[in-house]
Amino acid sequence: MELVEVKKLQVQLDAFAGKDVYLHLETTNGSYATHFNEGFFNAGAFIRNVVINYELGKVVGDSPHRVGLKLPHGWVYAQGITHYELDEQGRLLLAGHDGTGKLAVALEISETPFSY
Amino acid sequence: MTIPQERHVLVVFPHPDDEAFGVSGTITTHINQGTPVTYACLTLGEMGRNLGNPPFATRESLPVIRKQELLASAEAMGLTDLRMMGLRDKTIEFEDDEKMVGLMAELIEELNPSKIITFYPDYAVHPDHEATARAVVRAVRRMKDRPTLHCVAFANNTLEMLGQPDVVYDIQDVREQKMNSMKAHISQTAWMLAEMEHKLQQGDTETENWLTKERFYNYRWHEDFEESF
Repeated sequence: MELVEVKKLQVQLDAFAGKDVYLHLETTNGSYATHFNEGFFNAGAFIRNVVINYELGKVVGDSPHRVGLKLPHGWVYAQGITHYELDEQGRLLLAGHDGTGKLAVALEISETPFSY
Repeated sequence: MTIPQERHVLVVFPHPDDEAFGVSGTITTHINQGTPVTYACLTLGEMGRNLGNPPFATRESLPVIRKQELLASAEAMGLTDLRMMGLRDKTIEFEDDEKMVGLMAELIEELNPSKIITFYPDYAVHPDHEATARAVVRAVRRMKDRPTLHCVAFANNTLEMLGQPDVVYDIQDVREQKMNSMKAHISQTAWMLAEMEHKLQQGDTETENWLTKERFYNYRWHEDFEESF
């Protein structure tokens, strides 16, 4: 993965617009957050292999960036995106890694389903 | 305590590296004693958060790395019967509960273990650990001749609720294999191992203790975590 360069990532987001794509979206604090900090309210969400078709995708802001996808009847967005990669299978993988190297958010789109 | 001879030991955990910290010394000791050991690892830790910054892996490439690490850990322990069960990290508690019991029952029926090692239900912290523990306990509960069930517990209230572990094994003789098992999972353990190294150098007895002893609780059927399933 490389650090997000807004112009480059925007080109990749544009390339998937108007297509049926499989979505992976997650936010996480890790399953041990409350174990290490008992007062911590641990929340997160996970979606994998839901098909969407977005008409407009945008990356905005300084790092960590925000990325939003406008759908005919709704929205998908993620904040905290720091890195991206178009992998060897042509999937666009976006992720937000915190200062200690832990993933905090991931937004991925692919024309073929992600593995299980 | 010396580790008694067993007919067959079945270890069930959800994540690659769950075996390394708590039980790899016990696994290696059993293998050295000529006891067959099977490790059923339910997922490939697909949802691990340690991906580095700069990242060394992506959400999609992490399972490939962790599978290699799991194989390396098995080799470090001398373990030859490793079962990768194909479930997805962080989803085990959402699987059908009866299906999970069936999965455990099949393993038990095939291997006929005299001892099973897993987590202790309600004291295992991670939702996957808890779901794994529940499935194992339920499968064993239904058996007529129950094998020994040794459980790993590390929730913050463990000592308060369960007291001291009733099974404490000295694993000093296989300390190196245990270290190698932990090192095999380097993508997830690098940070923890560095901290451990630092503590050991400062003569921290708790860390030293942890490398020389492994602790289990016999499952308390008289205080079963649920009345029935």
